Amino acid sequence: MNAPHSTSDRTQPGATDDAETTDGAAHGTTDGAAHGATDGMELTLRIWRQPGPEEQGAMTTYRVTGISPDMSFLDMLDTLNERLIAEGDEPVAFDHDCREGICGACGMVINGQAHGPQPTTTCQLHMRHFDDGDTIDVEPWRAAAFPVIRDLVVDRGALDRVIGAGGYITAPTGSAPEAHATAVPKPAADTAFAHAECIGCGACVAACPNGAAMLFTAAKVVHLGVLPQGAPERESRVLDMVTAMDDEGFGGCTQVGACATACPKGIPFESISDMNREYLRAVRKGGRG
Amino acid sequence: MVNLLWRSTIGKKAVMAVSGLVMLLYLVAHMLGNLKIFFGPDDFNGYAHWLRTIGEPALGYEWTLWVVRVVLLAAVVLHIVAAYQLSRRDIAARPVGYAHRGASRLRMTFATRTMRWGGVILGLFIVWHILDLTTLTVNPHAEPGHPYENVVASFSTWYGNTIYIAAMLALGLHIRHGFAAAARSLGVTSARLAAGLRVTANGLALVLTAGFLAVPLAVMTGVVS
Repeated sequence: MNAPHSTSDRTQPGATDDAETTDGAAHGTTDGAAHGATDGMELTLRIWRQPGPEEQGAMTTYRVTGISPDMSFLDMLDTLNERLIAEGDEPVAFDHDCREGICGACGMVINGQAHGPQPTTTCQLHMRHFDDGDTIDVEPWRAAAFPVIRDLVVDRGALDRVIGAGGYITAPTGSAPEAHATAVPKPAADTAFAHAECIGCGACVAACPNGAAMLFTAAKVVHLGVLPQGAPERESRVLDMVTAMDDEGFGGCTQVGACATACPKGIPFESISDMNREYLRAVRKGGRG
Repeated sequence: MVNLLWRSTIGKKAVMAVSGLVMLLYLVAHMLGNLKIFFGPDDFNGYAHWLRTIGEPALGYEWTLWVVRVVLLAAVVLHIVAAYQLSRRDIAARPVGYAHRGASRLRMTFATRTMRWGGVILGLFIVWHILDLTTLTVNPHAEPGHPYENVVASFSTWYGNTIYIAAMLALGLHIRHGFAAAARSLGVTSARLAAGLRVTANGLALVLTAGFLAVPLAVMTGVVS
């Protein structure tokens, strides 16, 4: 998350006039200095600004200029933040880490779509997917289980607690086991790999109209459930993880499919049915495995 | 086990799926039985009488009918309570919505989007339908033992037709989403099956809606009178 620099003088949410006027001054100077003669794209951003978890937030309008189509969406936000800092305003807080599409930190809803219009993470979304003059809405993940900490940063700890409830295997630690000791059938290995791709970004929750974490939970249940290493806890895992998921206040599945469409890692929608089957199987087997 | 089923979102959804499928099975039989009306008053009224005597003499008069009614009542109550509780959860899970308003926001089929309100319409319709043709409370003809005449009388009113047609369109949409969703809630997964399920869901929705609508349309056009 971007460390907030100063607490004085920050643009209050809703103070759109202020943000727009300062931008007008920046148009010829900051932009020209950064990109020479080329102007690049000019965009209107409506960004959710919220100073803290308990404070009121609002969509605040900014204009950015000189945006190269080769920039990532985060580069574009960095450009805005550099200007805001130079002008003595608070930069927009957003989560980011690897910027390689593998850490899952950079969650934000862009024009109503989790991670924007491409099936990637926000850091891998390039500005060429937008047109010059576009207005872009940028909002945090919205879910009761993901409280907003500041601006676009939400607390995704609920997902960690779901994993903690059963998203692991119990195995003796120490030196690496002999590779052939436990044979894994090829189809099971493929399924496990496909589901292990989940990076826990939370896009499925953000996209789901019910704020459900079904796809996230299903990815781990299926990943470990198909492997022999995961077999001893097969029943308790699904029961405990689903209980934790419900306790965190995530919604349920209404078979809309928005989660799988939004998933940057292509976790298949069918994994939710797989988890449903695993859950009902565990219930039939009388609870604990 | 009951606790695990009713307490969790997945378990409650499974309850909805099973109760929905029970009602769907009944609807297929109900629709086919309705088509008896095209064989004339004697066939139709005779069929209605036979429904009350199934299992006789081992079972008493209307016993089978009452067993069916109790099962259906249990199914509809479970279905509605589960739907209400899950919907409350789902709505509470997103207390603050997205400010963005645009075409890209969320793509849902019309059937998926109308599940909740369509369900409410169907629930209200069931009450009306029982008052109209079972208890005959609101039926314009209201002659016990003469369902043919009662049906014709009901579908000779503008409100009878409007309510029925609207409810049957809602039913088709409800089944279109509900059948495939129920299968997935119960863990039916494979891609090969999924395509078949979608076709079956659409087929069931079409056949049931068309079959049910055939009766009021026949009365309106004078084919049945």
